[in-house]
Amino acid sequence: MTDVTHSAARTQSRTGQIVLRWLLYVILCLFAVYYLMPLFVMVTTSLKSLEEIRTGSLVALPREITFDAWKTAWSGACTGIQCDGVRPFFWNSVLIAVPGVLISTLLGALNGYVVAQWRFRGANIIFALMLFGCFIPFQVVLLPMARVLGLMGIAGTIPGLIFVHVVYGLGFTTLFFRNYYVTIPAELTKAAKVDGAGFLRIFWSIFLPLSLPIIVVTVIWQFTQIWNDFLFGVSFSQAGTQPITVALNNIVNSTTGVKEYNVDMAAAIIAALPTLLVYVVAGKYFIRGLTAGSVKG
Amino acid sequence: MAPILDIQNLYKNYGTTEILKDINVSIEPGDFLVLVGPSGCGKSTLLNCIAGLEPISGGAIHIGGHDMTSVSPKDRDIAMVFQSYALYPTMSVAKNITFGMKVRGIDQKTQTAKLEQVARQLQIEALLNRKPGQLSGGQRQRVAMGRALVRDPKLFLFDEPLSNLDAKLRVEMRTEIKELHQRLGASMVYVTHDQIEAMTLATKIVVMKGGVIQQIGTPAEIYKRPANLFVADFMGNPAMNLIPARTRTAGAGTEIEIDNKGGAPIILRDPHTSNLPPDVILGIRPEDIAEPGFRAAQSAQEAECLVDMVEPAGADTFVLTHLGGKQVTARLHSETEAQPGQRQKLAFDLNKVSYFAPDNGQRLN
Repeated sequence: MTDVTHSAARTQSRTGQIVLRWLLYVILCLFAVYYLMPLFVMVTTSLKSLEEIRTGSLVALPREITFDAWKTAWSGACTGIQCDGVRPFFWNSVLIAVPGVLISTLLGALNGYVVAQWRFRGANIIFALMLFGCFIPFQVVLLPMARVLGLMGIAGTIPGLIFVHVVYGLGFTTLFFRNYYVTIPAELTKAAKVDGAGFLRIFWSIFLPLSLPIIVVTVIWQFTQIWNDFLFGVSFSQAGTQPITVALNNIVNSTTGVKEYNVDMAAAIIAALPTLLVYVVAGKYFIRGLTAGSVKG
Repeated sequence: MAPILDIQNLYKNYGTTEILKDINVSIEPGDFLVLVGPSGCGKSTLLNCIAGLEPISGGAIHIGGHDMTSVSPKDRDIAMVFQSYALYPTMSVAKNITFGMKVRGIDQKTQTAKLEQVARQLQIEALLNRKPGQLSGGQRQRVAMGRALVRDPKLFLFDEPLSNLDAKLRVEMRTEIKELHQRLGASMVYVTHDQIEAMTLATKIVVMKGGVIQQIGTPAEIYKRPANLFVADFMGNPAMNLIPARTRTAGAGTEIEIDNKGGAPIILRDPHTSNLPPDVILGIRPEDIAEPGFRAAQSAQEAECLVDMVEPAGADTFVLTHLGGKQVTARLHSETEAQPGQRQKLAFDLNKVSYFAPDNGQRLN
């Protein structure tokens, strides 16, 4: 008798678990749809013709797939008076982001190495100040930065924008590398010193080869920051050096007459693709790198 | 011969905290110096100072007759083995061992020859292409030793190299290090908190506490004639019995009276020692308290004590009793019939005792 009750209770609890599990899946699916919806609308809209957009529903699949909007967005859309599409601005962004990412990552690695492994008087204060730099709002530095760029003679140029992003990124990159290097035993540096290696030799031969996970994290972080930046891009650029985020804004806001939603959507997707790509390529290292240091390797 | 390492009046401060106070040590070529002491006594800091990895606040360090006080580590002609081994994780074993030579710009042929020689010596030829992560603790230890050996330095420095190994491996590696020392005739400085390692390896021991040297001597000197209560208690396992006692002059010698739990005070006669203050702490090693008729010395004096506990340990049986209000351990033969709660005759060998002043802990005889 008791056996029967027990097994009945067990069956009941098992059914309960299955129901709960399915409920969970349903909720997760709803959230996934919620998050994917904008992307879906963007992609489908960019593949429709203007005519179809006007007459059809927002969420409907395109009746006829056309890449005209993509072509226009890439090389024909007008940003103000210029009608070359986003292409020149895309390359501007590449020219800003690639050196900006490389320089800020390398300097961050060196800074982190010094702060974590070559303790000197005031190292903690300097690190704290750099950390503080991470939390300064962009708007606060706009005017002083404009003045500095002017004094350096690189206002409105691509090197100027690289400089701004390197300076603003240093706080974060230093933080990443410092936290990574602080988990590496100091004895490693000592052993290398006894072996006769100097400051740069130890960095180059011992610390950099160890740093792949944190380099990936830093590169993703910096690339996303610099590529997606709008405020610095719009403030410190002039015609010809504007990054793609600024161009996107100009395309969307400066059209006259009929709004070409398909072109806008295509341009937006083009602007977002590189960051997506970086994350897809290096994503698995990103997770690894974020958790590195918390677990002893 | 000139000392290979000579440390004179060395001081080391971190801010206002004194880590090392007036350290004076010197060793001859071929010596195996062990720095031993509890955690935080400054022994590792001293080793880092010798290596040049920590600047010193005062005094001088001479290595091989040269003043090395402000010379950088790479030019001190030393090699160091670390507690965590500190192998370069991304380099193969071979690259780990040759890294120092590569940095110094030694030609490829010499590098290969030296690598082969060291690998053969330490029997790590099969591991040369592996990464440190693929090695066991003992193998890592060997590679770390290889990295030191390949430099053929004037002075080897070891910073607790065995404390990350399991007990069995530790004993094996200890023997190996000793054998290596005998074969190479090299000079070594070795830091450990393990007094057994210190006793077995050293030709000279420095016992430290709170940044101050307590005693310098051969293992036998440290064991038989500890300079103060700290050394007496720290060196030896089980530790030396330290029993409060009262003394009376008796002829040329001294009569010693010790309170005995559950009986009349024990009276022992030491014919060789005189001029002791009325209150002392008597230090006697467990092996100098034996069972009458078994391993007891001729001159040993018997007394009856209440047995608190009996701990058989294979070769010996340790018997615990209470004397002078302190727990006292006697090292008896393994077939002893001593039973807890019963009275047992014990023989005290007073030829090897130490006396300490109760107030400052210094040795009196």
